[in-house]
Amino acid sequence: MNVEEIVEGVISGNRRLLARAITIVENEYPESKELMRKIYPRTGNAHVIGITGFPGVGKSTIVSKLTEEFRRRGKSVGIVAVDPSSPFTGGALLGDRLRLDGADVNKNLWLDEKVFFRSMGSRGRLGGIAKKTGDVIKLLDAAGYEKILVETVGAGQSEIGVLEVADTVVVILMPETGDDIQVNKAGILEIGDIFVINKSDLEGAENVERWLKYMLSLDEETVIELSKLSHADDAKIMQKLKWKKPVLRTIADKGVGIKELANEIERHYEVIKKNGILQEKRREKAKLSAIELAVEEIRSEIIKRYKQLLDKEIDPYTLADKIVKEVLKC
Amino acid sequence: MERIRVLIAKVGLDGHDRGAKVLARFLRDAGFEVIYTGLHRTPQEVARAAVDEDVDVVGISLLSGAHIPLVPRVIQYIREYGGNPDEMLILVGGTIPHDDFPKLREAGVDGIFIPGTPISEIIKFIKEELPKKRKGKSK
Repeated sequence: MNVEEIVEGVISGNRRLLARAITIVENEYPESKELMRKIYPRTGNAHVIGITGFPGVGKSTIVSKLTEEFRRRGKSVGIVAVDPSSPFTGGALLGDRLRLDGADVNKNLWLDEKVFFRSMGSRGRLGGIAKKTGDVIKLLDAAGYEKILVETVGAGQSEIGVLEVADTVVVILMPETGDDIQVNKAGILEIGDIFVINKSDLEGAENVERWLKYMLSLDEETVIELSKLSHADDAKIMQKLKWKKPVLRTIADKGVGIKELANEIERHYEVIKKNGILQEKRREKAKLSAIELAVEEIRSEIIKRYKQLLDKEIDPYTLADKIVKEVLKC
Repeated sequence: MERIRVLIAKVGLDGHDRGAKVLARFLRDAGFEVIYTGLHRTPQEVARAAVDEDVDVVGISLLSGAHIPLVPRVIQYIREYGGNPDEMLILVGGTIPHDDFPKLREAGVDGIFIPGTPISEIIKFIKEELPKKRKGKSK
């Protein structure tokens, strides 16, 4: 099978070839670059939604319920669910798919033609997504999936990788996951566009909601204050001011609050489409993936020279200088 | 970087998944990417997952005695959904009477593992047999 045929298959909605294309990209087979080059012009139509939060807050269940809700609204849904790979063996237990609802024969998400679910191991990448998650999203986008849900590795203090791929980021929290300081640490408040308190029938939900809203209001004040300083990053500040981050309550396994969540996700997309933030985010994404690809090439070149370093023929500082100079020359 | 992807599936009304979960865990430690389906899946659901996830190995766990109707159907649906079960290793684990082995093999099952099989044997089987099956996903 040549790349041309695979690209054709992906675009025309052939699931089998889409599945194989993802494998090619994920395993970084030699033809993956050509494949992505041909896929890229067909991307940019999907709304990419990142779902992140601590382990066990209900990310997978929310993904399943949101999928159901978007299907009810007539949208096709692609899902990329990332789970951690072992840093020791490289193995991974990919346990997100099993939350996908298959019980109801009339809306069985496992068999729905307009739903495509793919599990990924993080394969050594930090930040909540895998190195190739961005490319897998592009493949789903080119295949015509309208809503793409990206479920990150469950963690929550450094899952900023999702920003590189998502248009809308949903952060899921639940009662009793720590006090206000946990949420005030850099990361969580900054990456979310929408906040969800799941399992909100558990005791303590009011507390989480109260301090989360308080922290977000502080966040807004900070943004306004900082915007008065000339050295602040204008674009980012404007982005923050144009969207007031909502806090929602859900009980995902019972389906409570899911409709409202889907509404907010749609509303966020409309707002960023209108105010130009979406275009800006996408330019930023394209830039980041170009940088990443370039860095990857350079990395493999450095690895080739690793042996020299090991033999102490050359110290790492000199080697680094040499590599940079060589790269900049050509 | 290539990783062997394994689907561990529970089909039908069988509610015993300790074995499947233990196996999933060991396969993870052996360096495989393991997707677990959860309980009570239909043959169609398992087949759809095998194709969409583009797995190399499908391991079906059955302790209900319903392997004769269910396992061949999984293989049939993999084919129907555009997958090629001949390029996958199809394994069955659980309480399978010896008399049923030929029927399952005839349906396309590559390996059958009954209770008491050391997990290392299953891992060894996958590592030895998979290269013979798979012609490689790259062109």
